[in-house]
Amino acid sequence: MAFAYTPGLRVADIATVRKERRLPLKGRVVVRVGDAVEADTIVARTELPGNVRMINLANILGVPPDDIFDLLFKKEGDPIAENEQIAQSKGLFGLFKNTVRSPITGSFESFNKITGQAVLREPPIPVTIDAYVRGTVVDLLADEGVVVETRATFVQGIFGIGGETRGTIKAAVKSPEQELTADLIDPSCSGRILIGGSFVSQQTLRKAISAGVKGIVVGGFDDRDLKDFLGYDLGVAITGHEQKGITLVLTEGFGRMNMARGTFDLLASREGLAASINGATQIRAGVIRPEIVIPVGSEVKAKAPDREQGALDIGSPVRVIRAPYFGRLGRVTALPPELQLLETEAKVRVLEVEFGDHERAVVPRANVELIEE
Amino acid sequence: MAGKEITRILATDCGSTTTKAILIEKREGEYRLIQRGEAPTTVEAPAEDVTKGVLNAVGEIEDLMQRQFLADSKDSVEVGDSPGKGVDIYMSTSSAGGGLQMTVAGVVKSMTGESAQRAALGAGAIVMDVVASNDGRLFHEKVSDIRRLRPDMILLSGGIDGGTIDHVVELAEVIRAADPKPRFGVGYKLPVIFAGNRDATPEVGSVLGDLVALDVVPNIRPVLERENLTPARDAIHELFMEHVMAQAPGYGKLMQWCGHFVDGAWENVPIMPTPGAVGKLIEMVAKAEGIHVMGVDIGGATTDVFSVFDSNGQPVFNRTVSANLGMSYSVSNVLASAGLDNVMRWVPFHMDEADLRNRIRNKMIRPTTIPQTLEELIVEQAISREALRLALVQHRELAVGLKGVAQERTIGDAFEQTQTGATLVDMMALDLLIGSGGVLSHAPRRSQAAMMLVDSFLPEGITMLAVDSIFMMPQLGVLSEVLPRAATEVFDKDCLIRLGTCLAPSGQAKEGAVTATGTITMPDGKTRELRIEYGRMEVIPLGVGEKAKAVLRPAKGIDFGTGPGKPREAVLEGGVVGIVIDGRGRQPFNLPSSDGERVRKLREWALALGAYPEKFLSLGR
Repeated sequence: MAFAYTPGLRVADIATVRKERRLPLKGRVVVRVGDAVEADTIVARTELPGNVRMINLANILGVPPDDIFDLLFKKEGDPIAENEQIAQSKGLFGLFKNTVRSPITGSFESFNKITGQAVLREPPIPVTIDAYVRGTVVDLLADEGVVVETRATFVQGIFGIGGETRGTIKAAVKSPEQELTADLIDPSCSGRILIGGSFVSQQTLRKAISAGVKGIVVGGFDDRDLKDFLGYDLGVAITGHEQKGITLVLTEGFGRMNMARGTFDLLASREGLAASINGATQIRAGVIRPEIVIPVGSEVKAKAPDREQGALDIGSPVRVIRAPYFGRLGRVTALPPELQLLETEAKVRVLEVEFGDHERAVVPRANVELIEE
Repeated sequence: MAGKEITRILATDCGSTTTKAILIEKREGEYRLIQRGEAPTTVEAPAEDVTKGVLNAVGEIEDLMQRQFLADSKDSVEVGDSPGKGVDIYMSTSSAGGGLQMTVAGVVKSMTGESAQRAALGAGAIVMDVVASNDGRLFHEKVSDIRRLRPDMILLSGGIDGGTIDHVVELAEVIRAADPKPRFGVGYKLPVIFAGNRDATPEVGSVLGDLVALDVVPNIRPVLERENLTPARDAIHELFMEHVMAQAPGYGKLMQWCGHFVDGAWENVPIMPTPGAVGKLIEMVAKAEGIHVMGVDIGGATTDVFSVFDSNGQPVFNRTVSANLGMSYSVSNVLASAGLDNVMRWVPFHMDEADLRNRIRNKMIRPTTIPQTLEELIVEQAISREALRLALVQHRELAVGLKGVAQERTIGDAFEQTQTGATLVDMMALDLLIGSGGVLSHAPRRSQAAMMLVDSFLPEGITMLAVDSIFMMPQLGVLSEVLPRAATEVFDKDCLIRLGTCLAPSGQAKEGAVTATGTITMPDGKTRELRIEYGRMEVIPLGVGEKAKAVLRPAKGIDFGTGPGKPREAVLEGGVVGIVIDGRGRQPFNLPSSDGERVRKLREWALALGAYPEKFLSLGR
């Protein structure tokens, strides 16, 4: 194969990001086109009917259903408070009265004279959807939600776990080669999205959760740690629903992998800015990648055009993505057209790469990916 | 077919990971494979268009042939009469849509919900979510989860026949509210199979009918004590192959490209799902030669198994698509399904578990990489053995004689799954086993493909082994629809590589015990003594097209297909590997339990077949 793998991950200094925000049910959109919204602004809401509680008053009071109507303290539609009296029997000579109290706060919905059942309903359950990112409402989805647009730094990771969350960016390491270790997690990390370097361990992840860290963006993570952390072995990579108290975004892959310099520098330059991240990943045709969205003001100018991955060429910066040079970065120094024999005895198209330490190696073209400068 | 004779054919197979293009031309009166090219399938960003991978793969053929096959604008395949460029016909197969991930729904989670789950799992799907009336989630939470997970298909069950209708309709309303869309909306709706209370069918139809592609099959739980999974399972299978697997971004454009001119008018050739195309070829071989055949096509996301065995004296074709067993997108699922120990048992050296897990996971997220070192190759081939083995397990379960017969289950059996119909798969009766797919077709040595097929499928008795030379059976399958003669000629001459006959006596004995003796009369007339020892493998050279006559005398309790201890005479065909004698026993086949002995035997067998360069002996030391 003559083509390098291109995961097609966007690393954009400045991009226009649009997010569709839909209620799971029809409801009411509470913002208008043109409105400025914060990430936590509720953009649409609806209410689900509260849960129903059934109480058989006839059984409890020990009287025929027909007679209960006169014993009720509430009529249909009345609000009720928890422990409030609903009905009371007349007792014997005014004594030994049976009382029924409401087990919930809500409303007295109905009473059935045939069965003696009272239906109590809990308060409506609000269902809302927020804007997820700070930006402007640019479109309405009738009775369902909105489209929010923002001007933002936008970075896609290659794999993630955990759903949408928000926090301010904090570069927790000094370089893309440095591991995010537990000693770097302190109380100042609470509510933050930490930018790590090459690796984070499960132990560090757990400490981050207890320190209130919202999310971690890092180069690599061990698959064995992933299994232990999730409590199961992930078969097919469909994630985002995990409720682990943190969202993790890997920018490079599994194992210890330096975050690409450009990605690290870009994220670190957004220190202190509010970010929205989502670890949801679906690696299958119609791929979904985890993302980091950092809205920026108009004062922030684009330094570099959106990264575009072109064809392999002499001088192209690449990362080797398979053993024995897995994870190493270098530049293409030769692209011999003829097939070459590997140690496996397979004949494939190869390229020669020079690594940072000037070591040169021959690798299959299929085993490199183009990276940004 | 009217019009100009077709002499130049371009065919592609868009796999989940790799797009393969082949050029076939008629030269000197016969159709032959002329060139091949391949490129990563482009279903992901930045391309998100399967035709880009097609252009790249065809572009590789252009480079190698120094001829033009793409339009001048380089944005489509050139089909027509242009002299010196293009082809007469272009066609394609596709499995680019990848695996099958489903959401299932049932009224009671532990009853119909579980039955639905079993039906989906039995069809090879990954069940991402079980929605039930009593699953503790609120209506809107169920809706949100369906939207978030983007299932490829939904199986809706619930209620015994004559039972609840309201709850089933409520589940249908959840699906309606979620408004699920296919991952690639190219003119089709999301398949939803209803296999619940038959009395609820009209209401379910009125709720969902206009929104999804609703398929109604018999209830998976017609009464509480009985489960009838087969109709739902078969429907999942067929809908996946026909509607999910082949779909990909750019599929609509690719459909337009496929076709040819007949008397000046454009005629489309429909894109065929890859397993449908391979299945046609397997059936064709079985029919032409009147033999029992199995085929397996191991891809990046799926592994497809095909078989033709007899049922009541008639050949019956079966096809299964293990939707989440594969060597790239699904490779982590192979590890999760088989377990690390089962993968590692095929590796003749020690590896750090954490390192191995990361390597497999990275293959999943960067699916087009290839092994560069011998160690990596051996690990990849170990994983493939488990993917093939698990796919065969599923095929055995689904290829049963009496389809549609209900399975009696009691509440007490709720967690057990047994088959009523006996499987038609009979490894002793198998005549020909064909392997296809990257890991088999591109194995650097053909003996590696032979080892992978034998280790995973464990053929018994006398079985011819073959591989698809360059992974082109899908293209030939679709070609057989249009030009059967071209497909047959290329299949015989360029596609099917006969590896040789495998002799595998069935039964148990002690290590080193003689399980069979006999003679083999070679093509030159010389006779050599045969002595099969338990636990050993051996190769007797016998080339492609050569035949040898064998007289086999199994020991007591050992079977070559004529019954335990009974002799058998047979003609053995040669191949690029030769006659593979597998004395490791069957029913069951066991690897040594001791780690040291296991490694020693794996190395001994690999050496006997010449499977790897000798360097492999030093790996892990």
